[in-house]
Amino acid sequence: MPDAVSVRSLTRRFGDFVAVDRVSFDVAEGEIFGFLGPNGAGKTTTIKMLTGLLRPTEGQAIVAGHDVAREVAIVKRNLGYMSQQFSLYADLTVEENIRLFGGLYGVTGARLTARRDWILEMAGLSHHRTRLTAELSLGWKQRLALGCAVLHEPPILFLDEPTSGVDPVSRRNFWDLIYDFAEAGTTVFVSTHYMEEAEYCHRLALMNRGRLIALDRPDRLRGAVQEPLLELRTDNPARAVEALREHPVVLEAAMFGRAVHLLVRDRDRAMDEVPRVLRSAGLACEALEVIPPSLEDVFVALVRREGGAPVG
Amino acid sequence: MSLTRLLAISRKELLQLRRDARSLYLAFILPLVLLVLFGYAISFDIRNIRMAVLDQSRTPESRELIESFAGSGYFSVVEHLETPADADRALGSSAVRLVLIVPPTFSADLAAGRGAIVQALLDGADANSATIAQNYAEAIVSGYSTRAVARGRRVTLPVTAESRVWYNETLESRNMIVPGLIAVIMSIIAAMLTALTIAREWERGTMEQLAATPVHRLEIVIGKLVPYVAIGLFDVALALSVGVVLFGVPFRGNLLLLGLLSLLFLIGSLGLGIFISAAVKSQVLATQVAMLATFLPALLLSGFIFTLATMPIVLQGLSYVVSARYYVAVTKGILLKGVGASVLWQDALAMVVFAVAGLAMAIGVFRKELA
Repeated sequence: MPDAVSVRSLTRRFGDFVAVDRVSFDVAEGEIFGFLGPNGAGKTTTIKMLTGLLRPTEGQAIVAGHDVAREVAIVKRNLGYMSQQFSLYADLTVEENIRLFGGLYGVTGARLTARRDWILEMAGLSHHRTRLTAELSLGWKQRLALGCAVLHEPPILFLDEPTSGVDPVSRRNFWDLIYDFAEAGTTVFVSTHYMEEAEYCHRLALMNRGRLIALDRPDRLRGAVQEPLLELRTDNPARAVEALREHPVVLEAAMFGRAVHLLVRDRDRAMDEVPRVLRSAGLACEALEVIPPSLEDVFVALVRREGGAPVG
Repeated sequence: MSLTRLLAISRKELLQLRRDARSLYLAFILPLVLLVLFGYAISFDIRNIRMAVLDQSRTPESRELIESFAGSGYFSVVEHLETPADADRALGSSAVRLVLIVPPTFSADLAAGRGAIVQALLDGADANSATIAQNYAEAIVSGYSTRAVARGRRVTLPVTAESRVWYNETLESRNMIVPGLIAVIMSIIAAMLTALTIAREWERGTMEQLAATPVHRLEIVIGKLVPYVAIGLFDVALALSVGVVLFGVPFRGNLLLLGLLSLLFLIGSLGLGIFISAAVKSQVLATQVAMLATFLPALLLSGFIFTLATMPIVLQGLSYVVSARYYVAVTKGILLKGVGASVLWQDALAMVVFAVAGLAMAIGVFRKELA
């Protein structure tokens, strides 16, 4: 099966700043391909280069079988794009936005009517078709934007942090839609900084400081962390991180909600040493146990292995 | 080029315009307000100029001359003075703008065929009004002279300072003002109308979504232009109707020709607005630049108020790149003189150049930003 997206040494510089640094990867047809990384990692810049919105400084991107640099018009016909900020027309109604993008993608007549009805149904906007888009809730806006992006039924869909700012329920519903598209054969290229969303992807590309630091299935990425991971519960996580960070047995100490996650060299030594360090620092050790790594832990571990600090 | 995509953009633009009070005001209210305001302001200024009379002759002949001033409609005699010193006071206090002095020997000189002398003192503090008043006074006196000569008498006016004739000899200044005014107003409105359209898309982030679709920059620029050209033509028609009905301006030429040349002018000016909008990408800045690029040049360098031929050579040269210059010539020519393409072809050609240049600049600057 041909690749939906094929990227070779893609680079984008803004002056001295390298936003995307020699990134290469392939995305298979029908795949949900996740792009994970903190803000400023280069996710959006990469997506803009793949959708023909930004010229690469170097490298090549093939999307839907066409070189983005040379055949940008054909590429744009074959992709749907939803940008990070909501960017439909707020002063148009729901229906007017759909009709506009229908016209821009050459979807007219009976097909437009059918697609419009499908979008209204999918986004739950059937009763709000004549409302101004500005008046809609964020969740609704995002589903409408998704609808407009897939109005012409493109084989590839680019979603740049589509769920940022929406509540967890809307987010879950949004991902149900993404699964539906993928099952229908659409390739979905989605960026996010929500770690739990990354779990939904077939494959994940981890980006940090413009570089691709890992690319694999979520379960395999988790397996890539060989060192034991401990979760510590204490009365003062911030001070605990301070106290443990420089200890030789600890590779990485990071706050994780109310808990502290510790990547350690040796499980047994750590189980002995950590409570003692805490006690001498006047901190309580409420619980300490080995846990399986989450994607965030994987990310932190991989960034450490690369010898850098994550952006953001 | 896809007509479907182009029309989708045009339709969207119209829908947005309909919901934007500022654009509606700019498109439909402001042109009329400006036209009526300037039309009346300028015409009131040249009627009923207050004048005083020092009649030292006190003869039927002098009274006839004074009567010609009062009866012209351009002057109203508000004061009869007793001594030359009164003239000083009247002018100095701005009570009047012109003092007419008829010397004691007026009738005798006339009768003797020596050529009678009358004196007009003008308040030069307001140079514009003074010049207008001077021209009127000269015209009235020469009219009186003609009648006097016909009756075997002669009179001449010594006030023959260097004068520029801004207004036609029939003294119908409003006829000259309104056609040019329409041209000036339209050049400002047109650029302002489109100055917002591209900048708004950048500021609101909608340009990004637009750029991700297969729409071509040509389709965006022309698609945005179409509704504004229609509005612009409507504005021209409206302004013409107001000019003819309210101000009694004659329409002597070909309506179709005026429509065609207006279309050319609008494409150029609207294109300039789009160019500015795409270049600066900020609504506030685009509005200011559009105002600066059109308002002063259109007002000063179009031949609307100031005669181009009497300007310094540098300004004359500059006026050739002010598109309003050609449109002012066109509106004046078609409305007042009723001239056709044989006279206006040079202006028409210049407007074709401006239309093509406006469009090319708009599309050209747009290219760099997309893709």
